[in-house]
Amino acid sequence: MGEENKVTLHGMWLSPYVKRVELALKVKGIPFEYIEEDLSNKSPLLLKYNPIHKKVPVLVHNEEPVNESLVILEYIDETWKNGPRLLPEDPYERSKVRFWAAYIQQVMECMLKIFTAEDQEKACEEFYEKLDVLEDGMKKMFPWGSPKIEVGNIGLLDILILVAFGACKAQEEVFGVKFLDPQKAPLIHSWVNTLLELAVLKETVPPRDKVVSFLRAFKERSASAQAQ
Amino acid sequence: MTLAPQKEPESLSFKNNMAEEVVLLDYWPSPFGTRARIALAEKGISFIHKFEDLSNKSHLLMKMNPVQQRVPVLVHKGKPVCESDIIIQYIDEVWNHSFPLLPSEPYQRAKARFLVDFINKKVHESSVKVWMGAKEEQENGKKELLEWSKFLEGELGDKLYFGGDVFGFVDIALVPFYNWFIVFKTFANFNIIETECPKLVMWGDRCLNRDSVSKSLPTTDQVYQAYLEFKRGWAHG
Repeated sequence: MGEENKVTLHGMWLSPYVKRVELALKVKGIPFEYIEEDLSNKSPLLLKYNPIHKKVPVLVHNEEPVNESLVILEYIDETWKNGPRLLPEDPYERSKVRFWAAYIQQVMECMLKIFTAEDQEKACEEFYEKLDVLEDGMKKMFPWGSPKIEVGNIGLLDILILVAFGACKAQEEVFGVKFLDPQKAPLIHSWVNTLLELAVLKETVPPRDKVVSFLRAFKERSASAQAQ
Repeated sequence: MTLAPQKEPESLSFKNNMAEEVVLLDYWPSPFGTRARIALAEKGISFIHKFEDLSNKSHLLMKMNPVQQRVPVLVHKGKPVCESDIIIQYIDEVWNHSFPLLPSEPYQRAKARFLVDFINKKVHESSVKVWMGAKEEQENGKKELLEWSKFLEGELGDKLYFGGDVFGFVDIALVPFYNWFIVFKTFANFNIIETECPKLVMWGDRCLNRDSVSKSLPTTDQVYQAYLEFKRGWAHG
């Protein structure tokens, strides 16, 4: 087997958007080469593959780049049809998954505001409001209690939920905010914990102390940027 | 106040029972609503068209889209599909016998989705700056729109439409914003793209001549009136 079907992922080790793609490739059993990008000094290759956004992740398949994590995930699902399907077959169910995928994006943007905003209280309020809506939406989507999670059946929402909330404990340690309270968001909380038990997913979670020290440095940089 | 279309759309037909199955909750000047209309027209789908008064949203809208509380919403056999790009893909997947709106090949589909995401974020955001911004922000918005237009012109190349010979997803996503560019000519003195992006302008004219687009697009005057109304409402909170 030559360069045909060669898959490369350009990423940054802590980027949740890169993690999504990494998880999808692992879940589908697709071998790939990972290239760590220095986002403070972007490589000419990254700029060539993603000239308009200049961001990671970039998936390169047969030398053709695919950008934007959700676009990449759908591409992976449509190209490698073996293994678990990331999206459901039924068009209406697919539309619901796409809707909540877009909503989870908004929730993550709220989390980022908590990490960077001056008014942390207001940012938290906004986040908890959105989390409530998400919890409610997931309850309606899985009225029998929780998504049925099996190793052979991991889907798009599983990946997105794990990536959005998987690093909660580390984030809580640095920012002092309880992102995922089992009382307030019981379904999502139990869903994340179940996912974290699965070996294929667990191995992609970076070590907690590495995450904590990165987030601490990030917090300090944000604070000094605001002070200027 | 509800803005009604300039002429009665042919799709408002109760002869076909299938029309009972498809309802579009809409707002005529909305570029996102326009997208849904164009997609339905391209596929020849009969539907019931319900226009919302955005200052007094209907119970049906709040029930069908409790999360975002906005149009368009496609209701098919009583089940809601929200967000215009999700609606277009749903329409393409359900009514898949003819006139495909997305390419069949995964890499081309990824390119199409990427461009629609780009339009949703960059083109929309910069357009809002032109509509709502003070002088400096408006100028920034115009500069950005020129940059995005050049990028899109590059993606279009010498093709008839973004997907090739066939009108589709990206064209549908962009044409309502291209309609805004026409308004921006008089509203904000934004007329650079004619000289800088001639291929995009030719594409625009080609799309505006399509039946599905011409009967679905609000006139530039309707767009401008909606902006004035929105600004009045926004000013009063």
